[in-house]
Amino acid sequence: MLNYLSKKSLELLITFFGITLVSFFLINLAPGKPTDAVSDLNPRMTPEIRAIYEKQWGLDKPVHIRYFIWLKNFSKFDFGRSFSSDSRPAWDKIKERLPITILINSISMFFIFLIAVPIGIHSAVKPNSLSDKLTTVGVFVGFAMPVFWLALILQLILGVWLNILPVSGIRSLNYENLSWINKIFDSMRHLFLPIFITVFGSLVGISRYMRSTMQEALSQEYIVTARAKGLPESKVVYKHALRNAILPIITITGLSVPGLISGSVIFETIFAIPGVGQLLYQAAMARDIHVIMAEVVIVSILTLFGNLLADIGYALADPRIRVK
Amino acid sequence: MYFYRHLCNICFIFSASFFFVHIATLAQNNQSNSFSYGDEIIIGSSAEASNLIPMLSSDSASHEVSGFIFNGLVKYDKDLTLIGDLAQSWEISEDGLVITFHLKKGIKWQDGTAFTADDVLFGYETIINEKTLSAYKEDYFQVKKAEVLDKYTFKVTYEKPFAPALASWGSLVVLPKHILEKEDINKTEFSRKPVGTGPFKFKEWVPGQKVILEANDNYFEGRPYLDGVVIRIIPDPTTMFLELKTQGLDWIGLSPLQYKKQTQSEFFKKNYRKFKYPSFSYTYLGFNLKHPWFSDKKIRQAIAHALDKEELVKGVLLGMGSISTGPYVPNTWPYNPNVRKYEYNPQKAKELLREAGWQDIDKDGILEKNGKKFEFTILTNMGNTTRIKTATIIQYRLREVGIKVDIRSLEWSAFINWFIDKKRFEAVILGWSIGLDPDQYDIWHSTKIKEKELNFVSFKNQEVDELLEKGRRTFDIEKRKQAYYRIQEILAEELPYIFLYVPDNLPIVSARFEGIAPAPIGIGYNIEKWYVPKNLHKYRIQE
Repeated sequence: MLNYLSKKSLELLITFFGITLVSFFLINLAPGKPTDAVSDLNPRMTPEIRAIYEKQWGLDKPVHIRYFIWLKNFSKFDFGRSFSSDSRPAWDKIKERLPITILINSISMFFIFLIAVPIGIHSAVKPNSLSDKLTTVGVFVGFAMPVFWLALILQLILGVWLNILPVSGIRSLNYENLSWINKIFDSMRHLFLPIFITVFGSLVGISRYMRSTMQEALSQEYIVTARAKGLPESKVVYKHALRNAILPIITITGLSVPGLISGSVIFETIFAIPGVGQLLYQAAMARDIHVIMAEVVIVSILTLFGNLLADIGYALADPRIRVK
Repeated sequence: MYFYRHLCNICFIFSASFFFVHIATLAQNNQSNSFSYGDEIIIGSSAEASNLIPMLSSDSASHEVSGFIFNGLVKYDKDLTLIGDLAQSWEISEDGLVITFHLKKGIKWQDGTAFTADDVLFGYETIINEKTLSAYKEDYFQVKKAEVLDKYTFKVTYEKPFAPALASWGSLVVLPKHILEKEDINKTEFSRKPVGTGPFKFKEWVPGQKVILEANDNYFEGRPYLDGVVIRIIPDPTTMFLELKTQGLDWIGLSPLQYKKQTQSEFFKKNYRKFKYPSFSYTYLGFNLKHPWFSDKKIRQAIAHALDKEELVKGVLLGMGSISTGPYVPNTWPYNPNVRKYEYNPQKAKELLREAGWQDIDKDGILEKNGKKFEFTILTNMGNTTRIKTATIIQYRLREVGIKVDIRSLEWSAFINWFIDKKRFEAVILGWSIGLDPDQYDIWHSTKIKEKELNFVSFKNQEVDELLEKGRRTFDIEKRKQAYYRIQEILAEELPYIFLYVPDNLPIVSARFEGIAPAPIGIGYNIEKWYVPKNLHKYRIQE
């Protein structure tokens, strides 16, 4: 196991540097510079001032030198400063937005599994039953409905007409003066819609996966054996079939770890949630290399880490892999 | 003058900047009833401020917030004349080279330290410092010498007379020396918790959510009636409108559609007041004058006759704007109303095109000359639906006179770097937002045609060059007016751009606020005089 892990880790390290290299050069291939947001078509921007900006930011150096400078700073965990006019450290900008994104995404993920896995199992056990058909249609409706549309409709109905939920934001204006219990309640009211919409739109993947792997497991001979030796159906399904059917779901879980921190531009914008998605979108539009690279680093570390977790999870769930 | 790409995103408001005139709804000015202290105003902004040190930020969201906190030596009054702000008065020498400011006495920074001429000198030295990343340096590089004569007298000497100079001594260069002296201006914490001299002082910034300001009890013009200002960041315009409907916001900027169709209900009439005045910007169709077709003035004039600007205002802005005839906004002093106008007349357009040698020989509805069809592409930036709608109407109108137009919208950076800068375009639809000083040297002068410069249509006219030079070298408003009037006549004749329209600013404010006095500059200029009658108070600042 230890050997397996160290070999895997080395692979991941090399992959990681590959990712940063490719990303850095790709960003620099895009038209425009990070300083363009300030200088483009700005009459006050003379060539001299433009040169001052480029020199201060080190943009006068060729791209490979800049990559090595970035790498050197990164080795000291310094992601550089944002090119936007706040000039704040890129990591600070991401850090302050991470908690809300992680919170919303992990709660959503929890509910997605909580709801989608039973739906999938149920559909597999009773295929083509009325309840199977209903849930299938339900999850596909959720998948097919545009997020922004559903969000706006719910904001209008629940927020404006019925006035029972806040329209946007994550806290009320008087949040600071609330008692702690009301603070929790206030946050819950604000987070309800974003989480509901994320969950509703994402049920389909897991539940369909679950349904097909479960169906496959149930058609295996060992299930016939299990039933033949008289085990109760619940034991057949939940102990014998589920354990085998859950493997691919573990992979998906591992792969969705980076999704925890990469927020969604669409719902963050609609609900005015100060998450990572919006920041990344603005950074990409403004060619804010340092912020993009910091985000790339975090996402790729998490992706690789998620892969590793999935591998380990596999090894734990499946003895055949452990032996190899 | 700023490219107003931002403006559309920043569907905002405190367009205190900008202009004139008729106010739609009940602009009630009866300030008879009780002035009362208290309450807060919640403003909706679609973008978050980035840096509250005015000289370091170039986004309007930042300037809107710092505008509440900082003052300049001078400011534009509600009728757009320059008046003293921190300066009591100033003198300009005969030759226009020396400006001496006399500062008001007894003004204090919000931390209690006295404001003196040293703070102005410090601001000036900071902005010209090589290390400071400010996009506004150029105006201050013109200064030959800046001196503090005594605590309340500040003197600047210029190399050449420079008319935009006076306005440049606004809030960009007044910084508290005692706080920033030992700081690195590009990295200081001050940019996120500033101390100014203005009517409101900084209280809290919740990243991505809101900025909270509270009344400055010691404001030298008197404490504002409102206890505070909260700027809430809501990126999506539809969400912002829904928030308005729940009365979670007191002041936002409306889109023409919202103004005209979605705010007519009893609810809005009872709870809000709408305002309408021209923004300080215009949208234009610009030609690449290096292109063989568009280098011919007749063709540009023919296209002008083929377009119906009234139709554009009605169709694109739902009537919430006015037609544009030149690079200034109607009813400002440099605006010349008597320039050549091109009425909508397709017949005349066709005649002009025929004179230029374009005829429909193969009868397919498209004009030809030397075997080439008259077909060109209008470029604009992606995501700006107003401009795309404008392009579509232009496409339709030009098709009627036998010109085929393709429309292409491009991502901003690609558009600027690959097409505008390299002059790889036939025609573009873009907009300028214009400053309050009429100097437009950078846009029209024939030396400004290099890559990255703003005369990207390559307009060249010797008389305009001379007039631009003349206009920025004198402080005499009559002489400046003459120069800019003549420039507009030439531009209207030569048509490097077809000036299309000036959109309106359409703010809406909760009806509980009194004291709003719409003026040419907008509504936000006197926010410290806004108040809410005691019985209507909604928010209370809590400690």
